[in-house]
Amino acid sequence: MHRYIWLVPLLPLAGAAINGLLGRKFRFSEKLIGGIAAGSIALSFLITVAAVYSYTFGSQAMWPQTYVTSQDGNSFTWIPGGAVRLTQGSEQRTSIKLQEEAEKKRASLPPEQRNEPILVGGVSDSSQGSVLNVEWSYQLDALSSIFMLIVTGVGLCIFVFATGYMHGDPGFYRFFAYMGLFMFSMLVLVMGSNFLMMFVGWEGVGLCSYLLIGYYFDRQEAANASRKAFITNRIGDFGFALAIFAVIATFGTSQYTGVFAQARNYPLEPLGHWGLLSWIALGLFIGACGKSAQLPLHVWLPDAMAGPTPVSALIHAATMVTAGLYMVTRTNVIFQHSQTMMMVVALVGAATALFAATIGITQNDIKKVLAYSTVSQLGFMFMACGVGAFAIGIFHVMTHAFFKALMFLGAGSVIHGMHHEQDMRRMGGLKKYMPITYLTFMAGWLAICGIPPFSGFWSKDEILWNAASTRHIPVGWIVWIVGVIAATCTAFYMTRLMAMTFWGKEKFLDPPAGGEADEAHASAFDKGLTMHDAKLKSAGDRPRHEPGEHVGHVDHHVHIPHESPRSMWVPLAVLAVLATIGGFVGISTAFTGGKHIGGRMNIVTFLDPIIWNPATSYFGSHEIVDSYGKPLEGTVEMHAVLGTAELQVPEVPPPYGTEGFNLAGAIESKVHNETGTEWVFMAISVLVAGLGIGLGFLFYVKDTSLPEIWATRLRPLYQASYNKYWVDEFYGWAVTRRVMDAARGVFAFDSKVVDGAVNGSAWLTRFSSRVTGITDQYFVDGVVNAVAAFVMRLMSPLFRAAQTGFTQNYAFVMVLGLVAALGMIFGADILGWFKR
Amino acid sequence: MFKVFIPTLALLFQEANTGRWAVIWQKAQHPDLSKFLIFGALLFIIGVAGVLTRRNIIVIFMSIELILNAANLNFIAMSRYLQDTGNVNAVAGQIFTVFVIVVAAAEAAIGLGIVIALYRNKETILIDEIDILKW
Repeated sequence: MHRYIWLVPLLPLAGAAINGLLGRKFRFSEKLIGGIAAGSIALSFLITVAAVYSYTFGSQAMWPQTYVTSQDGNSFTWIPGGAVRLTQGSEQRTSIKLQEEAEKKRASLPPEQRNEPILVGGVSDSSQGSVLNVEWSYQLDALSSIFMLIVTGVGLCIFVFATGYMHGDPGFYRFFAYMGLFMFSMLVLVMGSNFLMMFVGWEGVGLCSYLLIGYYFDRQEAANASRKAFITNRIGDFGFALAIFAVIATFGTSQYTGVFAQARNYPLEPLGHWGLLSWIALGLFIGACGKSAQLPLHVWLPDAMAGPTPVSALIHAATMVTAGLYMVTRTNVIFQHSQTMMMVVALVGAATALFAATIGITQNDIKKVLAYSTVSQLGFMFMACGVGAFAIGIFHVMTHAFFKALMFLGAGSVIHGMHHEQDMRRMGGLKKYMPITYLTFMAGWLAICGIPPFSGFWSKDEILWNAASTRHIPVGWIVWIVGVIAATCTAFYMTRLMAMTFWGKEKFLDPPAGGEADEAHASAFDKGLTMHDAKLKSAGDRPRHEPGEHVGHVDHHVHIPHESPRSMWVPLAVLAVLATIGGFVGISTAFTGGKHIGGRMNIVTFLDPIIWNPATSYFGSHEIVDSYGKPLEGTVEMHAVLGTAELQVPEVPPPYGTEGFNLAGAIESKVHNETGTEWVFMAISVLVAGLGIGLGFLFYVKDTSLPEIWATRLRPLYQASYNKYWVDEFYGWAVTRRVMDAARGVFAFDSKVVDGAVNGSAWLTRFSSRVTGITDQYFVDGVVNAVAAFVMRLMSPLFRAAQTGFTQNYAFVMVLGLVAALGMIFGADILGWFKR
Repeated sequence: MFKVFIPTLALLFQEANTGRWAVIWQKAQHPDLSKFLIFGALLFIIGVAGVLTRRNIIVIFMSIELILNAANLNFIAMSRYLQDTGNVNAVAGQIFTVFVIVVAAAEAAIGLGIVIALYRNKETILIDEIDILKW
């Protein structure tokens, strides 16, 4: 079945094409559009499930090897032949060795076959040589399997939700065309078998994100947000593109199989040493920062909430923003070669996690809170990658996709039920009105806070444990402390969100008091922000107000919230189940006696073949589990081993050295028990989650005056958090203003210097033409006239005399002419006669 | 009877082939081109001399007609000569002659009209008194 994975991205594309090209012309009904869109995703999901099952467990299972569609012989060259010379890099021995091997093989072949490419070390030698052929083929391995399942599975839930949420929108077909296109791009991103295909998907999802954030393009805020997202992503893409060029220049191919097989043998670059792979990793990480909203480039993601809520759930929480994680994990062999970049990744991730979590505490827009929460969770994932726990990072991607998509959809349900209100200060007590949304949201809340046994606990605890016990970087303990604080904040602001939305007083019943919330609401309303996404044209169910009318007095219409329709709560329920039990695929080894149980069903074991092991310099923990480099020997025996026995993780410390303080190591030396140490850290993470939740209860349920008091006491901190640390303002001052100044300067240069030069040359032309004209008129014409007058005076008597007026004179001249002509023609003959 | 008749017939045939009338007939069938050309040239020269020397416009017209007819004669002669030498389709000269006659007639009509107009204005048709076209 895994031979049919090419259908997986194609089906959403076909659905998008049908909806986008025909939906408007033939006035498809909402049911038809939704059916085509969700149906194509459902089919994709089914094929994905079948393919992943067949890849992992089927009779022809290929795990842990990599399956690339071109393996079956039907390869399709996408970008044929560009000459690429292996000029970069100090280490070319791999390719040289492989080329020698190929030459040896070639010499042994009969002469007529010697021109054909030869397979050496799993890759064709033509990709090792000087010609770059980029093929369009899909790759199925552990990593792309997980991403395909997340993208199509969570995507299906969100598509179904969106058919309910977008009901009545005039651009229904457009929305689903964009969404389908997004699914296609995302699947190309995660399924592509080379860097260029990943780049195509990368740019494709960026484009779709832009289109969908700016879905309500007639709203200034949305249009600005979409541009902001696009431009911020371009900065990241610049680094990514440079990294791809460097990869191609270094390895002579863009195919993962080719690149990683060579990169595997490069020497490690220790801390502070900026080698080739460090620079490539830096470029890749800049790209990942842009796409996954890490610290310097995170500003676009909260603004992206201007898009419809299903878009926020699908693109800006569950799938697209994790593309950076996908890329870092995919290229983990490059990252792991550079200890410097590992540390950069870990520290940027940790900083982002804490930074965004502290902002999330003070935001009042429900979607903004979730957006900052997403940024924070993405920081956690990068933290995991940075400390070398790539599989755990992907595990957190998965659980986060479940619970964050669930919470975004829940928020969408709340917004829908609250008649398009997003400000949490006007909610409260919704559990009575929206019980299903409340229950499902609660699963997401517990998951993100990290309460066992909900899914978020398993992944977040593993991240913190790996941060504390890492031997990849020397500052794991800093990462751990930051992560713990961020986890506390996460639990706190999520409890705050629950309390303000679902518990407590039903504030939507209050007449507006004219306080800060109402003023904010009023001004937001004037800007058109709180209207329902879908009912922009009809301005929702409220009368529109003039700006300024709200100050001090607001018309208040009480709307009783209502539960959402079935098409909306069924996806919520599905995601709630996943958010609850989804974490068991990565159950902590502390519970299972230090082993990853479940064989291939365990996400860590499953992902093992794509994670490079610096200790052995092979992929996977076992030498035989090598999906990129060495051709597998004795495949049958290996399957027998893997089928019967659990994968043994050998205890070989990564060769990064042991400098720096290792927190877990320090504790372990006290308790002399690794599992016990893990229990300690697990207890700490549960404790901080409980602490956060407790504080949240205290502030927003027990004593609701406390937030005011503490906001006043910690006024500077509160202001900083409330204003998002003024990052937008700083960028506005440092980048936007400077760019605008530069633009104005260039414009001034253009209008003054360039236009001046052009106008000056025009003046010069006019001046010189005037000079020429005068010269012509007085000098040239004068000469001509003088000559003419002279000739006239001289010749006129002669010609006048010729004009006698007597007809016969003219006739005589004619006859003379005739005689002359005859003389010219026959003169010689006549003379001949006379001579004779 | 045959002694008389056959020689007579033979004589007649001989006469028909080589006799004086036969020669005349044959020469009429195949005229000598040069004579026509010489005649045409004479006509032309007479016409030109008339045009150059005579004062009366009418006579000048007549001289012009002579020139045209000299040309016509050349056309006819050449046409006949070409036919005689084997090109039976050489009729262009004859057709051309017809055109020349037509044009000459038209020209004569217009010319005489001009002459009458001239006479009405200047009471003369002597060409050396009509020199106002030079102005």
